[in-house]
Amino acid sequence: MPPVIDRDEVLHVARLARLALSEQEIAAMQQELSAVLDHVAKIGELDLEDVLPTAHVVGDGIPTRPALREDTPQPCLPRDVALANAPAVSDDGFLVPSPNA
Amino acid sequence: MSESAYEPVIGLEIHVQLATRTKMFCGCELSFGEPPNTRTCPVCLGLPGALPVANAGAVHFGLMIGLALGSELAPRSIFHRKNYFYPDLPKGYQISQYDEPLCGGGHLGDVRIHRVHLEEDAAKLVHVGASGRIHGSDASIVDFNRGGTPLAEIVTEPDLRSPEQASEWLRLLRVTLRALGVSDVNMEEGSLRCDANVSVRPVGSQELGVKTELKNMNSFRFIERGIRAEIERQCKLLERGERVTQETLHFDPASGRITSLRSKEEAHDYRYFPEPDLLPVAISPEMLERAHAAMPELPLAREQRLREAHGLSEESARLLAFREELGDYFEQALAASADPAPPAQTLANWVNVDLVARLGEGDDPAGSKVAPAALAQLAGLVAGKQISVGAGRQVLDRLVAEGGDPAAIVEAEGLGALGEGDELAGVVAAAIAANADAAERVRGGNAKAVGPIVGHVMRETKGRADGGEVNRLIAEQLGL
Amino acid sequence: MSEQKLIGLTASEAIAAVNAGDLDQAELFDAYLQRAAEHGADGEGALNCFTWLAEETPSVPATGAPLAGVPLAVKDLFCTEGAPSQSGSRILEGYVPPYTATAVAKLRDAGAPLLGKTNQDEFAMGSSNENSAFGPVLNPWDRRRVPGGSSGGSAAAVAAGLAPWALGTDTGGSIRQPAAFCGIVGLKPTYGAVSRYGMIAFASSLDQAGPLTRSVGDAALLLSHMVGKDPRDATSLPFPEPVALPSRLELDGIRLGVASELSGDAGGIEAGVAGAFASTLQLAQRLGASVHDVQLPHAPHALAAYYVLAPAECSSNLARFDGVRYGLRVDPRAEDERGILGMYMRTRHDGFGPEVRRRIMLGTYALSAGYYDAYYGSAQKVRTKIAEDFRDAFAQVDFIVTPTAASVAFELGSRSEDPWTMYMNDYFTVPMSLAGVPAISIPCGLAGEGLGPGGRGLPVGFQLVGPAFSENRLLEVAHALEQAIGFDTTAAFA
Ligand SMILES: [Mg+2]
Ligand SMILES: [Zn+2]
Repeated sequence: MPPVIDRDEVLHVARLARLALSEQEIAAMQQELSAVLDHVAKIGELDLEDVLPTAHVVGDGIPTRPALREDTPQPCLPRDVALANAPAVSDDGFLVPSPNA
Repeated sequence: MSESAYEPVIGLEIHVQLATRTKMFCGCELSFGEPPNTRTCPVCLGLPGALPVANAGAVHFGLMIGLALGSELAPRSIFHRKNYFYPDLPKGYQISQYDEPLCGGGHLGDVRIHRVHLEEDAAKLVHVGASGRIHGSDASIVDFNRGGTPLAEIVTEPDLRSPEQASEWLRLLRVTLRALGVSDVNMEEGSLRCDANVSVRPVGSQELGVKTELKNMNSFRFIERGIRAEIERQCKLLERGERVTQETLHFDPASGRITSLRSKEEAHDYRYFPEPDLLPVAISPEMLERAHAAMPELPLAREQRLREAHGLSEESARLLAFREELGDYFEQALAASADPAPPAQTLANWVNVDLVARLGEGDDPAGSKVAPAALAQLAGLVAGKQISVGAGRQVLDRLVAEGGDPAAIVEAEGLGALGEGDELAGVVAAAIAANADAAERVRGGNAKAVGPIVGHVMRETKGRADGGEVNRLIAEQLGL
Repeated sequence: MSEQKLIGLTASEAIAAVNAGDLDQAELFDAYLQRAAEHGADGEGALNCFTWLAEETPSVPATGAPLAGVPLAVKDLFCTEGAPSQSGSRILEGYVPPYTATAVAKLRDAGAPLLGKTNQDEFAMGSSNENSAFGPVLNPWDRRRVPGGSSGGSAAAVAAGLAPWALGTDTGGSIRQPAAFCGIVGLKPTYGAVSRYGMIAFASSLDQAGPLTRSVGDAALLLSHMVGKDPRDATSLPFPEPVALPSRLELDGIRLGVASELSGDAGGIEAGVAGAFASTLQLAQRLGASVHDVQLPHAPHALAAYYVLAPAECSSNLARFDGVRYGLRVDPRAEDERGILGMYMRTRHDGFGPEVRRRIMLGTYALSAGYYDAYYGSAQKVRTKIAEDFRDAFAQVDFIVTPTAASVAFELGSRSEDPWTMYMNDYFTVPMSLAGVPAISIPCGLAGEGLGPGGRGLPVGFQLVGPAFSENRLLEVAHALEQAIGFDTTAAFA
């Protein structure tokens, strides 16, 4: 079975997903994704022309109200709690390598 | 000029921070300069397990914007996830709207609207330069206070044809949004942000050229300058036989240079898909009714009404309509039924010119000591020639400084116009006598020579004399 | 009360004992805490089903509370304020959230204190619990075998008598399949019945919290305190009626549907499983039920649709693990990209295990430009057809029944050579997840001669499926069957 997804696509997708992959992992990923996609591709054989897509099953057959929130303030987290789990903190903020660097 | 052979085609994308109390998808209050990271919660920090719930207030404001722009309001609209990584984007996706936005179509003035949708703002990223903490490389600090602020994104059709038209239209949009009360619309503070899609095409062509996107110009001046610079750049490229490439650009107002924002990274692939944590936004009849009920008179409509109902000039009507506070003041003054009542245009001039000149830049006259009824009375006294224009201005000075009643000030200061009575005739006679040379020249046909005589009268009467009456008396006494 | 007697009580029985004054809440909590520490932690001969245990017995008893202080084991992916919530992942190792998931908070407020957090497949992605950063969970029936997944820690803890009951989550079978493998009851409620707020998401449109218990009655009791509209979860719905405790003992007039697509040799059903399933059907008929053939024509395509939709959602849900606000951060290596891009890529590579990386890749691919319609769009349409299939079937029968899984618990490491082989574990449970309908797995017997304690075999799960919000009727029918089956849920106690 020829791979459904080629090496360049694996690299492109890994970059989109922000995943570093070793050479070995790239090869394995190509194989595994191709195998899964080969199974998945079977849905392409179905006639789905006039079928509407389902994003949600919520309220299927049950009347729902718009699930909106009133514009009413709720308490915020104390700053030390907000920052407590951060890997790096500086000047009361989350410190990161600069994205423009 | 190279532009003459080409026609610019401009469309705008405007992000408006909505003036709700809380964020788009959580109950955190909006931030106005609070210390960093004090307006956050699990939702707007993107903590594991936290879920968004859309703010009904933001949807309400979105509907009002749609109504103001004459858009079609979608009975059911959908939030999508726009996926990309950036440290100011806590979830790794922005919740936005994609193919089923809240509002579609419409127009404002002669510019068509493509769509209006709701989304959440990113957080604030502060560059802190080199920091030893991260291998000596450049670092940034993220403050999530702004993250999740509700935004309405308004996208126009490419109907604008010049930088000036673009900035003028943006002003119209701004006053419209301000009248709606849905945003602070402050460009410097970022509550109104504008990107421009710019392309050029040979004059006469109907096809659209390749467009570039000019990002985040944060003042009306920069918008004009940025778009102008980009049009010039594109025209030069085409004249040299080169092509315009579709890209995102940044205008640096300091240097006037345009630089590409496109990094070495792959082109964006946002992988939009329906946000599974949110249900479609169904607009109920009650929500629509509430939005309709909240609609004020919009600036363009007010301008038209002021012109048609009160015969105001276009310029006066536009100023009163676009500066809502002036319009409100004017209409209150007009309704004060002063006696004698000033003509509407006269009153408009007193508001737009004389009063505005005496207040601080952009001040609301309602906050001044001059009551609308007082200004109406003052304008009426002047229009009825009961006081002179000059005296009127003196009264206005007093009103601005202390407030009070114009008639009482006129009375107390003895500023009443010196009319046809003997008193003025006597002053005029004395002035002619004192300026015999000038009088002779006027008699000889040099009308301009009357100046010193009039000046003398005005000095003597402290400006109370009506200029027209003074001229009439001079002519009469000189036998002209 | 002796420990053996105490541990033998179902949660409902323990509540009755507490209320009758025969059992002290602290004594009950202590007994479970001790057992969990001894048999449930990571160590020689232990099941590795807990990743964290309460440090002490609650000082204040839940006086008068409906759940009477009966302790609750909670799957790691539920956020619990003050207790690690790591979703089985290295990227969240040591992460202690500042808030508690709605479902856990509701149960705590109803008088079920947190006993411990249970091991799971990383981010709930797996069917064997072999994908945990904290090591695999062992099946108390046979420690060479998997407990199922992804709620494997919760299932093993209850089956081994280390917790009276537990919370799990089910995205494509993650409650029902481990319940089947461990010989206990597992209920996946109607999508939207239980708040997802505070559940570390795998696939938002599919994830549902539910109980893993030793009896159908316990499942009903736990569920009754979990359901309800949560203002913090826009996809939650008010439960249309109170959840009642089941008491039914017969099945007169109940129409059970058997779908050809989910029976016979479909999905690679093992003979022993098929046998146990057939005997349970006969038993149901003896109790008064009628059995009918129904069609779920798109069920065979459910797995393919699921393995597009769930990875797509997970690729986005897991984007927040970026080393900025919490969790692991790893600096780029020499061969990596520089700056923040390198930090992102190295952190996410090192923080996620291979299965999670695979699904992120799969989902990212399925959503990427040019592939959306072929994969994501088509899968959403298949989902529509599957929901329609169930609606049509429920017009003819009251419930649909299937084996919960094609096999009994398999040996550790035996199905990891190829992802699809592992994914096939979800064949019988994924269609219900896509349709959002409730489904319960009850132990219906043993299969596999020579396997399990005394060679009597390993548990087989019987799955009952009802229309949306039919939980009360579903639980009644499951109760009647459970009583007639008489499965011993203490057989694998540690
Ligand atoms: Mg936008
Ligand atoms: Zn917030």
